[in-house]
Amino acid sequence: MRLSKGGRIDRSQDLHFRFDGRRITAHPGDTVASALLASGIRLVGRSFKYHRPRGILTAGSEEPNALVTVGRGAGREPNVRATVQEIWDGLDVTSQNNWPALSLDVLSVNDLLSPFFGAGFYYKTFMWPRKAWELLYEPFIRRAAGLGALHRDPGPGEDEKAFAFCDVLVIGGGPAGLMAALAAGRAGARVILAEEDTALGGRLLAERESVGGQPGADWAAGVAAELEAMPNVRVMTRTAVTGAYDGGTYGALERVGAHLAPAGGRPRYAFWRIAAKRAVLAAGALERAMTFPGNDRPGVMMAGAVRAYLNRWAVAPGKEVAIFGTGRAARATAEQLLDAGVAVTGLIDPDPDAKEAHDYPVFPGGRVTATHGRLGLSLVKVSHGLVEQSIRADTLAMAGGWNPQVNIACHMGGKPAWDAGLSAFLPPEGGVPGLVPAGAAAGTFATAACLAEGWRAGAEAAVESGFTAPPPELPEAEEEADASPSSWVFEGPGRAWLDFQNDVTVKDVKQSAEEGFSSPEHMKRYTTQGMATDQGKMSNVNALSVLAAATGTPATPAGTTTYRPPYVPVPISAMGAGGRGKGFAPIRRTASDAAVRERSAPMVEAGLWYRASYFPRAGETNWRQACDREVRMVRYKVGVADVSTLGKIDVQGPDAAEFLDFLYTGAMSTLGIGRVRYGLMLREDGFVMDDGTCARLGDDRYLITTTTAAAGLVMRHMDFAAQVLRPDLDVTFTSVTEAWAQFSATGPLARELLRTLVDDRPVVDELPFMGAAQIGVMGVPGRLFRISFSGELGFEIAVPVAYGAALWRLMVAQAESLGGGAYGMEALNVLRIEKGFLTHAEIDGRATAYDVGLQGMMSTKKDFIGRAAAAREGLTDPGRERLIGLKPVDGARLTAGGFLFSRGAAAERANAEGYVTSAGHSPIIGRDIALAFLKRGPERIGEVVRFTDHLRGTEALCLVTSPVFVDQPGGRMRG
Amino acid sequence: MARLFAAPAFAELPALPGLELREVDWGPVTEIAPFRGAEGDVSAALQAAHGIAFPAAGEAPRAGAARALWVGPGRALLIGVAPPDGLRAALTDQTGAQAVLLAEGAAVEAVLARLVPVDLSPEALTEGRTVRTFIGHMTASVTRVGAEAMELAVMRSMAGSLLHDLGRATKMLAARAG
Repeated sequence: MRLSKGGRIDRSQDLHFRFDGRRITAHPGDTVASALLASGIRLVGRSFKYHRPRGILTAGSEEPNALVTVGRGAGREPNVRATVQEIWDGLDVTSQNNWPALSLDVLSVNDLLSPFFGAGFYYKTFMWPRKAWELLYEPFIRRAAGLGALHRDPGPGEDEKAFAFCDVLVIGGGPAGLMAALAAGRAGARVILAEEDTALGGRLLAERESVGGQPGADWAAGVAAELEAMPNVRVMTRTAVTGAYDGGTYGALERVGAHLAPAGGRPRYAFWRIAAKRAVLAAGALERAMTFPGNDRPGVMMAGAVRAYLNRWAVAPGKEVAIFGTGRAARATAEQLLDAGVAVTGLIDPDPDAKEAHDYPVFPGGRVTATHGRLGLSLVKVSHGLVEQSIRADTLAMAGGWNPQVNIACHMGGKPAWDAGLSAFLPPEGGVPGLVPAGAAAGTFATAACLAEGWRAGAEAAVESGFTAPPPELPEAEEEADASPSSWVFEGPGRAWLDFQNDVTVKDVKQSAEEGFSSPEHMKRYTTQGMATDQGKMSNVNALSVLAAATGTPATPAGTTTYRPPYVPVPISAMGAGGRGKGFAPIRRTASDAAVRERSAPMVEAGLWYRASYFPRAGETNWRQACDREVRMVRYKVGVADVSTLGKIDVQGPDAAEFLDFLYTGAMSTLGIGRVRYGLMLREDGFVMDDGTCARLGDDRYLITTTTAAAGLVMRHMDFAAQVLRPDLDVTFTSVTEAWAQFSATGPLARELLRTLVDDRPVVDELPFMGAAQIGVMGVPGRLFRISFSGELGFEIAVPVAYGAALWRLMVAQAESLGGGAYGMEALNVLRIEKGFLTHAEIDGRATAYDVGLQGMMSTKKDFIGRAAAAREGLTDPGRERLIGLKPVDGARLTAGGFLFSRGAAAERANAEGYVTSAGHSPIIGRDIALAFLKRGPERIGEVVRFTDHLRGTEALCLVTSPVFVDQPGGRMRG
Repeated sequence: MARLFAAPAFAELPALPGLELREVDWGPVTEIAPFRGAEGDVSAALQAAHGIAFPAAGEAPRAGAARALWVGPGRALLIGVAPPDGLRAALTDQTGAQAVLLAEGAAVEAVLARLVPVDLSPEALTEGRTVRTFIGHMTASVTRVGAEAMELAVMRSMAGSLLHDLGRATKMLAARAG
């Protein structure tokens, strides 16, 4: 019910939203929770396991009960706390975990069966038959139990992530946080003040307290204005710090547009990574719930929340309110309710010496033994002394003391310590380097003390960051703190709830202890207490108190479980913002990219590079026709391919030759200047890491190439070798992949093509196989290599990358005039399979040089990385799967991934003798061919084996051949 | 006789809210990595030839047409001029290997705060200083060249992804105001 005056809402403006289809009126400043209470709606959700009716417990982000789904369809957001969600015109909110309706939920039958559903029930019951767990029990349990559901589509909007840096991060904008930010800001430090609420002030927004002679909220607004005006201070409201990480880094979630109607391009959330030299934890405290039978009924609410709804939102949560608590908090709640015209039907005070009051009945030494009311509270059963009586109440405000929000101080493994005097866990000292707790988060509850402690913490943080502390300026404020009741767990017949989200009761925790799960970590996992989206904010201390009593140490809660980030739920879309679609990884495009795409060539990704798959021509209806044509073009005329994506590393230094000798299995120091050698690198474990060419450009200079996908890996390997294995060598290397555009010209007419482009024609005619030369390409200094990955006469020509686009167009035009043209990855793959040349399909990290038939490349005259390990007998066993070629005996299709079996053997795993790594259709051979690994492969050439691709359901008999299908002597590429 | 045309790294530049983009042509670029113990000599030779020393970490000195850009321990790019002869250093031509953008505007720091994980504020990155860092997923050099101007250099092949990331960040930032 809305009060006629007061509150920090804008009554001049009406907003309308829907809750389960019902139209509700609200004002700017309202949350969904305050607006629902203002409209008299108390039933907001159903609990996770028993589908119990649940209402609104709190007025903040700790809310465990009132979870709703915001929006509909793709992009809807489940499990939003109604106490945090602000309202815009047209907001659409639905309740969760109920069917067919919130007030009539069929699965609430679970609640009747609750005697069977206690902690550990699933583990004990659904064990047999084993298979049924996955197929039957788990899917059913998951459907019955649960909160809101994500949509399968990601939705239209995207979130954002960002980085921020400061000297002092102040976490929380209550009295302590405001003073900390003010002190550090006035000192001149770069300050970020992060507050998860919509405005600064913390509890001052909810209480009737004066600070510095004015209402607390007004004082906070004044400080906020001063902070906003400081250029060195950044105030971030609607921003919850979610975690503390190494090196003074903090995570924070900002609600950028989550409180506004969705608008084009505006992110809903931003996930911030904030690096701070110092931090002040002024996260405040959360009021502790009372644990008693029936404490989960809608209408049972925290006393602090009742005051917040009264004072901040001008909402009376009920008409008749009972209070369960002690001291100042309980009395203030009663007085403010009366002041607002709400009936107070009783103050149930556990303190036997509690004083009488004039305007409402007080029950000293009282406790609540039961609650009544379908879908909402109507009656509270009270026991005081020897008397039991029922009092009418639609709302029960409970004040169990305060739990300092120590979470962030414990994110790096520190454990909080129990302070018996304060009845509270306090943050560990030095739990997070550079972070100092202040105010209620540190167990300081009186406002005046919070202000002083906040100022001191902010000033000290500024001084430690190299600034001078300003003179202190402390406003006058309330000096009394709320008292904690001596107990907050009251047992009796009936279920008393600890974890409202996960439906964990006192009985569950006791049972856990009885069954031996008596440490907090075991109890948590056995009962699921504290494992819901609120991470036990409202239940941990109570559950640990029950556990302590059950294990015989009633005075002190039994330690705590581990605090982990995030403090509030963080959408994955915010944490991974920017990673959707093309943001997942950069795209690398070559110099030929525009020209290639103009020809409608489909692209394939290799590493991060986009490479042409094939170049379709008019009349071709499928890729195979283009691929076959391109293969024939290279074998009979000339083809041009962009090979710029291969890794190119320039190696220089007085010890470059020695370094490369150590890196490669073969010797590179004996290579002549202007010559190129094929090289193999092993990992230290003796397996092949990569292959490529090595060209000697000078005495102390080499240019090596790597495969496209392994360029980064090889660079890392070289860095490790240079820095760790051979720091004695003076060598440097750098990637020049980006600096050069490199194109192959391959085929019998390659020389004719190159003569038209290269300034020094004799070089083209005279360059020997595996030779390298500096050349001019139409006036541009370039490089020419005579190497071949196809078995044909082949050159690779390189020019500075800016000239690549122009050279590509010229080369393709000239090649086409010669009857050839551009060829893509498909043809390149067929060409190299025809020659038995390797890619990472073969050297996939499991193959040795011996397996791929290159054992002859392992020098015996020098040491190299992997030499010792490669000599292990297991790696040179002739029975290993070794490289061979395969040809189907008829016209069958071969596919990579298929397995090989002896002819006549069943195609079963136990009989597998090898597998196909690469396959393609050879237009030269006239059928499919493949490279494969086969046990004792080279000894079995001429044998017929069985090929089975279980995934595609294909089958063929294949002849085992040499892996070189075309031009075995190699005369064509050398000629 | 035919000759080859040089192409820019960016075929075209988009109009972005709050950020002016312009491609920067660095001209000749040589990566210089002094051999062991030679950094002093190399620095002196550079000073004599072009008036700039071999840059220490984070430095990006400039003198006339010559610039040097620190890009890693013991590594710098010499930009705009040819290196003097006789340097005891690995010299590697990297001309054109970077896609370089001048990003200018009041929003430049806020936009880059969404992509770059280091402090780019004027206190931390003064004019003429550079950081080797990430822009999104890309290795990059970010150099402050003015109060509201940053020079961004990424691998040339990633020019399109740089525009994609800048576009996304600027549009989201602009949508906050709207």
